[in-house]
Amino acid sequence: MNATQATPESQPLQASRRRVMLDAFGIAVSGVGFGLFYGLAARQAGLSVVAVAVKKAIAFGGGAQFAALGYIAVGAPWASIVLVTAFINSRHLLYSAALSPFTAGLRLRTRVLMAFVLTDEAFALGISHFRRIGRVDMVGYWIGAVAGDYIPWVAASIVGAALAGSIADPAVFGLDVIFPAAMAGLAVGLVTGRRDLVAALTGAVVGVAIGLLFEPVAGIVAGGIIGPIVGLLVPESKGEPRPEVMVP
Amino acid sequence: MSTNLVLLAVLMAAVTYPARAIPLLVPQMQRLAPFVLTYLRLVGPAVLASLAAVSLAIYADTGRPELHVGLDWLAVAVCVAIVAWRRNLLLGLVVAAVLMATLRTLGLA
Repeated sequence: MNATQATPESQPLQASRRRVMLDAFGIAVSGVGFGLFYGLAARQAGLSVVAVAVKKAIAFGGGAQFAALGYIAVGAPWASIVLVTAFINSRHLLYSAALSPFTAGLRLRTRVLMAFVLTDEAFALGISHFRRIGRVDMVGYWIGAVAGDYIPWVAASIVGAALAGSIADPAVFGLDVIFPAAMAGLAVGLVTGRRDLVAALTGAVVGVAIGLLFEPVAGIVAGGIIGPIVGLLVPESKGEPRPEVMVP
Repeated sequence: MSTNLVLLAVLMAAVTYPARAIPLLVPQMQRLAPFVLTYLRLVGPAVLASLAAVSLAIYADTGRPELHVGLDWLAVAVCVAIVAWRRNLLLGLVVAAVLMATLRTLGLA
């Protein structure tokens, strides 16, 4: 829709899409930095450029793939690599469940593709966008998930593998702080009431506590499960979004 | 070796996709009880805050997870403050990254 056709109803949608684009740009810059670094690390672990390309393209993800490189480099059995990947990526079950109330009216094919690119960053950008406009919007989702995350990561990983040996550590440029900063900033954007705030704070505290006791990924999953339970115990504040608003 | 690793990538994808897809593909999710929908609404802030806190505060490269406290906490706090104040994540990310790079250049972090 162009500017002359814009209706009052479309203005929040366009504004939210612009915000997704801006937010995705910051995440894409970080993705390029770490994609380059990942490509370099993958070559050092023994992967060819083709293997890096295939791995990133079909098993798209960040944390699990870095962990897998470590296992590959030391010659760990495949079963352990696959098991670790499944465990690390189990948190995506939470993302998918949280998005599902918005996506019920979408075609199956769309939801199948949506799941393929569902990562931490895609979830963060997508859920923020859907909650701002109160419904699903696939254009906004693809902007965040594909343009802001998938393409930069995959392309930079391939370039990184091809240029192995001449890539600077992204931490030198402060890019390592972008991931936690982006996740924290997007969490702040989702806080619209007391329950959200309590769920976020509980998620952070539980995540770190369980992560230190057991394993960081266990902490993320525990924080994502326990935070909302504690949030539900708190009386809702005025103006808090009702669940039915989420359903398209 | 590379061909084998492509096969490994396929296996990794095979165990990753179900977690991403199953709840999205289950029919009639909109008919869940209201408290379940409210719970799912709260998963967003909780899991993002958990991701941020864990990736910032836990150092696990040496094997056993250790608590990490450093000036990167300040950079993330500055980003959070900018987002809360200006509602501008990109600005917050740029400031956080520049701050961190500057602190490292100065040998402070």
